[in-house]
Amino acid sequence: MTTPLGSFPGGLVLDGQKKRSTYDAIRKTPLSKKLILPLQQHIGEASEPIVQVGDKVLKGQKIARADGHVSVYLHAPSSGTVTAIDEQPIPHPSGLSAPCITIETDGEDRWVDLEETPDFTTLSEHEIRHRIREAGIVGLGGAGFPSFIKLNPGVHHTVETLIINGVECEPYITCDDMIMRERAEGILDGIEIMRYALRVNKCIIAIEDNKPEAISAMELALARRTELHDTNIVAIPTRYPTGSEKQLIQVVTGKQVPSNGLPIDIGIVCHNVGTSYAIGRAITHGEPLISRIVTVTGIDVTHAGNFETLFGTPMHELLSFCETRREANEPFILGGPMMGYNLSGDHLPVTKTANCILVGVDNAAPKTDPLPCIRCGECATACPVSLLPQQLYWYSRSKELEKTREYNLFDCIECGCCSYVCPSKIPLVHYFRFAKTETMNQELETQKADNARIRHENRLERHEAEKKEKEERQRQRKLALAATKAAKEKEAAEKAKTADPQPDSQEQ
Amino acid sequence: MLTAILAITIMALIFGLLLGYASIRFKVEGDPIADQIDKLLPQTQCGQCSFPGCRPYAEAMAAGEADINRCPPGGETTIQALADLLEVEVKPLDDECGVEKAKTLAVIVEDRCIGCTLCIQACPVDAILGAAKQMHTVIADECTGCELCVPPCPVDCIDMVETKLNPNTWRWPDPSHVDLTLEDQS
Amino acid sequence: MPLSRLSSPFLSGTSRVTLHMLQLLLALVPAVIALVYFFGPSVLITMTLAVVVALLAEALMLKLRGRPLKPFLTDGSAIVTAVLLAIALPPLAPWWLTVVGILFAIIFAKHLYGGLGYNPFNPAMVAYVLLLISFPLEMTTWLPVASLSEHPLDFAGAFHVIFNGQLVSGLSFDTVSGATPLDAMKTQIGLLQHPSYIAQQPLFGLFAGKGWEWINIWLALGGAFLIARRVISWHIPVAMLLGLTTISLITWLIAPETTGSPLFHLLSGGTMLGAFFIATDPVTAATTIKGRIVFGAGVGLLTYIIRVWGGYPDGVAFAVLLMNMLVPLIDYYTQPKVYGG
Repeated sequence: MTTPLGSFPGGLVLDGQKKRSTYDAIRKTPLSKKLILPLQQHIGEASEPIVQVGDKVLKGQKIARADGHVSVYLHAPSSGTVTAIDEQPIPHPSGLSAPCITIETDGEDRWVDLEETPDFTTLSEHEIRHRIREAGIVGLGGAGFPSFIKLNPGVHHTVETLIINGVECEPYITCDDMIMRERAEGILDGIEIMRYALRVNKCIIAIEDNKPEAISAMELALARRTELHDTNIVAIPTRYPTGSEKQLIQVVTGKQVPSNGLPIDIGIVCHNVGTSYAIGRAITHGEPLISRIVTVTGIDVTHAGNFETLFGTPMHELLSFCETRREANEPFILGGPMMGYNLSGDHLPVTKTANCILVGVDNAAPKTDPLPCIRCGECATACPVSLLPQQLYWYSRSKELEKTREYNLFDCIECGCCSYVCPSKIPLVHYFRFAKTETMNQELETQKADNARIRHENRLERHEAEKKEKEERQRQRKLALAATKAAKEKEAAEKAKTADPQPDSQEQ
Repeated sequence: MLTAILAITIMALIFGLLLGYASIRFKVEGDPIADQIDKLLPQTQCGQCSFPGCRPYAEAMAAGEADINRCPPGGETTIQALADLLEVEVKPLDDECGVEKAKTLAVIVEDRCIGCTLCIQACPVDAILGAAKQMHTVIADECTGCELCVPPCPVDCIDMVETKLNPNTWRWPDPSHVDLTLEDQS
Repeated sequence: MPLSRLSSPFLSGTSRVTLHMLQLLLALVPAVIALVYFFGPSVLITMTLAVVVALLAEALMLKLRGRPLKPFLTDGSAIVTAVLLAIALPPLAPWWLTVVGILFAIIFAKHLYGGLGYNPFNPAMVAYVLLLISFPLEMTTWLPVASLSEHPLDFAGAFHVIFNGQLVSGLSFDTVSGATPLDAMKTQIGLLQHPSYIAQQPLFGLFAGKGWEWINIWLALGGAFLIARRVISWHIPVAMLLGLTTISLITWLIAPETTGSPLFHLLSGGTMLGAFFIATDPVTAATTIKGRIVFGAGVGLLTYIIRVWGGYPDGVAFAVLLMNMLVPLIDYYTQPKVYGG
């Protein structure tokens, strides 16, 4: 095991609440009658359906293809019939709907033919990336960024370190913990493939020190795999938000990712342990991404635990499987208590980014209105990115969006440390999210308005030019007309001269 | 007493001269107020304000000849922004100019289009693609929702369709609009 | 919709404004006991009066501004302002002095700027300065320490003085009142006495003014408690005390006849009150770490400058207000470096 090289300022030590959901092994959620699959379960462009209503599909069959570069494929999680391709409510803070493919399962769970590749070295790096894209694999840590893109060093970069993120710093979430305990071998399979694709040797697996079982499981698996060189496990001191990519890089390597830059700019690539496992399954066994481990936990859940759930499974089925009594006024969150969002109902489907369903939180934030900011500065002390949340708050509140950019609003990772420590209980992260979407919206509107103005001005210019041209042509025509008239008159005059010679000869 | 009055008067004259000089020497060229106002307007170029476009309306407001509440597409947000900029009272939207509606885009119903180009000529931002006797279509990204194309169409084939909110364009609500009485939601 | 349910985080820590203020009041208790011991119970009367008037004024202003009463009356900030002002005022302060001061603090220095969190100047200090400039006689009439006084005040006597403006025994103020050690040091240095000689007088104790040194020590201990409890951060007090010590040390080494010793300055007047309780007021102090150090150092330096070369015996109030004015500038230039920047 190696030791971490750095740390970040601020952060919080939170009550992990992990024990609730780690008593039992990972269980499989029973198959649902209906699976609702949003076409966009990843960052980037939504996938485009390649099936139609009424089509019969097999388990693992492609039902939507990637559209554009930052996109991946979508697969049927079980065999059945496509019954609808329409707008359905999706898990999102807005509670809005988006295009989804609905499949009614036939209960047979028949797989499509899979292409197994026991030795991934027979494939080129490019081929591996392509297969990962086709397998629909996205970052399973919660963000959902298409993984194949993060496995491409490109021509300008060399990757020096691959960091595998097994930190899982948010309270209540334990899916990564369980996958490390039970499927360590699978994770290492994925690591081998990723190293190959990235042409990197050094690999660090970062695990928080509140997961001793996971650490020993991974160490055991690593010890058995003698051909995996230069791969080490680092036990990170438990502190929130170490699991955030930029903060993790700072802790493990001591380096900072430049602002407006990516980790690959400093030669580092990070992937989640779940993603790693999925990559292993996809390349070695040909299995596309059709399920994930979801933690269902919270004070209202009787049998909390981790469940391997097919995508599209309506959440209420998962909740009743765990015997949950949902209270009306308590948080019902997708994700963790620090960065998750409230769900509008439990009929929503489980998606690729659903790492945890949290029903009821211990020590939930009070529902009182906030007091004014007393400028105590605790928020700045807690911020892991060294921002000034106080200033961001004042400017977000007064909608001075220019100033929020000056204070690096978009560097905020929305971790919630500032809101947590605020003595006035001001919902700081909400203000920052508001300011961010307002800024983005404003930029869009300004761009549209500028476009409209330019088009309008061009149109006016064009009309002016056409008018001038018309006038010019008219003038030319008038001149031409006048010229021909003059020429005609001249001709007529000459004709008159030559046609009547008598008066002239008589005089002679 | 007299010396005091004299001293103050002379100081007032000196400072007045200084201010006058500064106002001439440091005068800002152009009419930046009209530019600032124009930046706040939505550039729909619809003419509902009774001016032939957003720029003429902005200039009229800068000259004090037009009120700030004449822009329906801008709605309350624009009126508020104009009130803040010009430091005047916020007024409700002038009814005779129109009503504030949700943003709509023009869509041509292709079954009915006869290819007469009247709508193309009417559009202030050239957002309609087409030619004589050819199918016309609205370029959705460029359409500002001004509705100037609707009256000229002889076959009434242009519909104004509301833009739907989708998760990618959704915005977080303003947290400072807090009701100080608590409500609970299930 | 309750805000806390609209956006994450859904957890929050135990830090609360009211808790903050209560711990501050707790830290002041030993010093108040010392004050009563040395100067009689009048400070308690002044404090009670100030707290009552402060809460009434706050309630009135909240009503006028259309704000809810309960959350703001229970946040404890008005009480803290009242208590700090009462400690700063002289023991013979008549009731109207306290009332005018606290009303000005709450109404003008706090609510007219927008209430809790919006005031740029420390309300207790604004009130103190207003009173000092408007009523210099009442504000500089101090009692000598009880042990030195021929007519120490008891509770009834104090009550009588504060509300009736006369001493029970019918004696005039001149016979009972005396200068503070800072005042004495300043005037006598002006009369070309040597500070070490001045320090021998009965008015002075071990390091600084008799009684005053104890009060300052208790205040410093209370401040240490606050730092340990993370109610305030150590940057401002340490910077202020270091600033004060540095400049007084340098001056004392160069020209010891012009000033009291650094220890004298540290334990006299409002130094410790200012360092731990007044300059650390989060609303009016700088917010960045480097900014706080600059702010604290500035307060320390200005306090000394006003004390020794200015027109008033104690400069803490003015120093704090002057630095309050500079806070936006300080904050602007001391931003920390963002991750990746």
